[in-house]
Amino acid sequence: MTTAATTDIDALATRLRTVLGNERVISDRQELRTYECDGLAHYKVIPALVAFPHTAAECADVVKACVDAGVPFVARGSGTGLSGGALPHADGVLIVTSQMRRILEIAPADERAVVEPGVINLQVTRAATPSGYYYAPDPSSQQICSIGGNVAENSGGAHCLKYGFTTNHVTGVQIVTPDGDLVRLGGRAPDAPGYDLLGAFVGSEGTLGIATEVTVRLVRLPESVRTLLAAFPTTDAAGAATSAIIGAGVVPAAMEMMDALAIEAAEAAVHCGYPAGAGAVLIVELDGPAAEVEAQFVHVERFCRDNGAFEIRIARDDAERALFWKGRKSAFAAVGRISPDYIVQDGVIPRTALPEVLRRIGEIAAERGVRVANVFHAGDGNLHPLVLFDDAIDGQAERAEEVSGAILDLCIEYGGSITGEHGVGMDKAKYMPRMFSADDLDTMQLVRCAFDPRGLSNPGKVFPTPRLCGEVPGRHKGVHPLQEAGVAEVF
Amino acid sequence: MSVPFEGLIPATDQDAIAGVPARYVAAPATTEEAAAIVRAAAEKNLAIVVRGAGTKQDWAAPPRKLDLIIDTGRLTGVVDHAAGDLITVVRAGTPLSELGEKLAPAGQQLALDAPILSSTVGGTVAVNMSGPRRMLYGTVRDLLIGVTMVRGDGVVAHAGGKVVKNVAGYDLGKLITGSYGTLGLVTECVFRLHPLPAAHAYVSRRVAGVAEAGRIVAAVLGAQVVPSALEVSTAPDGGIEVCVLVEGVPEGVRGRVETTRFLFGGDAAVSDTAPDWWATYPWGPGGVGFKLTAALSAVPGLLAAGLAARERHGVPLAVRGSAGTGVLYAGLPGTTSPDVVAAVLADLRAAAGRAGGHAVVLTAPSAVRPQLDLWGPVEGLHLMRRVKEQFDPDARFAPGRFVGGI
Repeated sequence: MTTAATTDIDALATRLRTVLGNERVISDRQELRTYECDGLAHYKVIPALVAFPHTAAECADVVKACVDAGVPFVARGSGTGLSGGALPHADGVLIVTSQMRRILEIAPADERAVVEPGVINLQVTRAATPSGYYYAPDPSSQQICSIGGNVAENSGGAHCLKYGFTTNHVTGVQIVTPDGDLVRLGGRAPDAPGYDLLGAFVGSEGTLGIATEVTVRLVRLPESVRTLLAAFPTTDAAGAATSAIIGAGVVPAAMEMMDALAIEAAEAAVHCGYPAGAGAVLIVELDGPAAEVEAQFVHVERFCRDNGAFEIRIARDDAERALFWKGRKSAFAAVGRISPDYIVQDGVIPRTALPEVLRRIGEIAAERGVRVANVFHAGDGNLHPLVLFDDAIDGQAERAEEVSGAILDLCIEYGGSITGEHGVGMDKAKYMPRMFSADDLDTMQLVRCAFDPRGLSNPGKVFPTPRLCGEVPGRHKGVHPLQEAGVAEVF
Repeated sequence: MSVPFEGLIPATDQDAIAGVPARYVAAPATTEEAAAIVRAAAEKNLAIVVRGAGTKQDWAAPPRKLDLIIDTGRLTGVVDHAAGDLITVVRAGTPLSELGEKLAPAGQQLALDAPILSSTVGGTVAVNMSGPRRMLYGTVRDLLIGVTMVRGDGVVAHAGGKVVKNVAGYDLGKLITGSYGTLGLVTECVFRLHPLPAAHAYVSRRVAGVAEAGRIVAAVLGAQVVPSALEVSTAPDGGIEVCVLVEGVPEGVRGRVETTRFLFGGDAAVSDTAPDWWATYPWGPGGVGFKLTAALSAVPGLLAAGLAARERHGVPLAVRGSAGTGVLYAGLPGTTSPDVVAAVLADLRAAAGRAGGHAVVLTAPSAVRPQLDLWGPVEGLHLMRRVKEQFDPDARFAPGRFVGGI
């Protein structure tokens, strides 16, 4: 028996095939399974259809087709997100932008690059480097994650301490609105007149539409980069060094910390050769004009020693710097070497609360008998606790989940945030009411109602309870032909 | 004269906004009081304009309707300054200058060198005011990390938080920034702070024309100077001043100043004080003020278009602003005839459009304003209308002040 829903989807698939061609629409169940999850692999939903637009116009046509059919759609870039933001909708279309991957322009004189959403983050930097520029936001997944995904998630990275996040580096987007219209927000010049819809769009996790072209800032490559790796007996000591550095008015390009368990994992995985016996390592990177960097580097080194660093290594060249970073950037995956399963948490606390919060995480972990490895952006208080467990052992997954949730509660208790860079997505929507009041969430959703009154663009993400938007403005499509013919009912 | 509910006082002639008289004024001292006033105003269907220090009430269009001014003069003070975390929580009515004084003893600053320092935090956010150092530190949208606001129905909402790194929920702070008070009443802001630099220096030179100014600007941008600001300012005789601000540690500043002097060539001057035009708008009280934006490489072209308009229309048009970010301001005397202002605007708007940017009228005398399209083309206007419709369906806040009559 054919249900109304599958009839609708079949009709939609036919329409999408006329737009994109057969090969760029997937409806085969086995093939669809490839797209059942993003980087947060324990959530799995098989989408009804997958579509691969190559142009903004095609993307708009796909969205229009979805709107006409009343079918939800979810945008996906490289699928590396860690909050389930690109988790498909079972009755919806997954719109994959990874084939929209042209770098349209590198304009050093404008300090801008214009790219399609499927372009890989690192490719922007690679394309700009010959001109002496780079793209500053550098999420750990920068070798595979896409700019479109970065825009959706407002991605961060180790160097956002000094340079800011994706939202500070995107000056313009072309989007497909949830009505299926192509609209430009911002551009090459700053401060476009009107509401800063660009600012609202970046980080909206695919709920306000799909970026089809992105204009980003390019930053001049720094004259000098100095990187130091300091080993401390405890995380408290490393935390004190962090406070001393920030307190002295130094703004490092990056300041990253790992605790003993995270170091152990990184050693096992990538043999980064961090100092033995360290309770914590701190990686501090300074960049900028050479004289500035030299002068501040001396202070940073002293602050580390004064606060108990027992070994300090200074990268002599890019290769050594890369080795320092290798341990840090591979830390998430490396934990797989010491634990069959793990949860990557992402929370933020005021930086000064770091020692206290780490102690309490330790207590919570000990109470529940769960191990937690800590990797974090120490400069801005962005914690990435890795909660280790073995799914094969009864009850461990539940306990790990409890610990992970308790860590988020700690972040809220200390005035922080439930996510610093991974996004809310599917994973953390349920925690939003702990951080925001019902009125706060209602107010945020006014923006959603303005952009997407039908609630078709990535529904079920970010907000635990959708807001009713009232009358749908704009285009009125009339009665669906299938409904008119009595073939289908509107649900 | 009686007032419709408690907490209001009758307005006076001085309370008129851009020539539009108000009926009442309220000055709540807390977010809760402000919310109660907005709720009561909603019941009586009063139109509200929020006023801080009142320094920019002649900006944008006059309100279409005005019953109640909510004055933030009692919503003042620094609620929190967490120096170790480099953030501050401040009430919207606090003047920028006062905030600066509160932060300085800790060696910190809100890095907004806005041209009008007597402006309040709320007013600065409302019009997205920025200064020369936006080149290094960004603008309100980059520094505002949390916001508390009262909606048109009196509901109090927060967004963002007290930590710099935070992607939970929509960034309403950015939506509010530059919204000219049309989405609600901002009562409290959280900002990220920066350390005050240990040393600074201004390198400046006066050049004969746009070509030389453009050469210097491009040279500085391409070098390793990392300026905090790169400004240009036209002089009445056709010359152009170019000035770079370098900030940092003394050892670093010395070297970068030398590099900058070399790039400037000629008789570049170094000083620890700014030129007198620095961080000021190129128009006086009652004047006409434009904001012009451009892609970076198109700044010299825009500057040239400004000078050409000056010649063509025989007006003392002054142009000044951030050549390092593509944001210039232009000013005319308030006595310029409306037709001429409109003709200059048309030239500037065409030039800004060619430069990938916009020309908007920030302020103009009430005799001139009705003849001008203040905002010019606005991309995404239909979405903006929908945002306004959602946030403020009764057009309670500053009706008519913003783009497209929002």
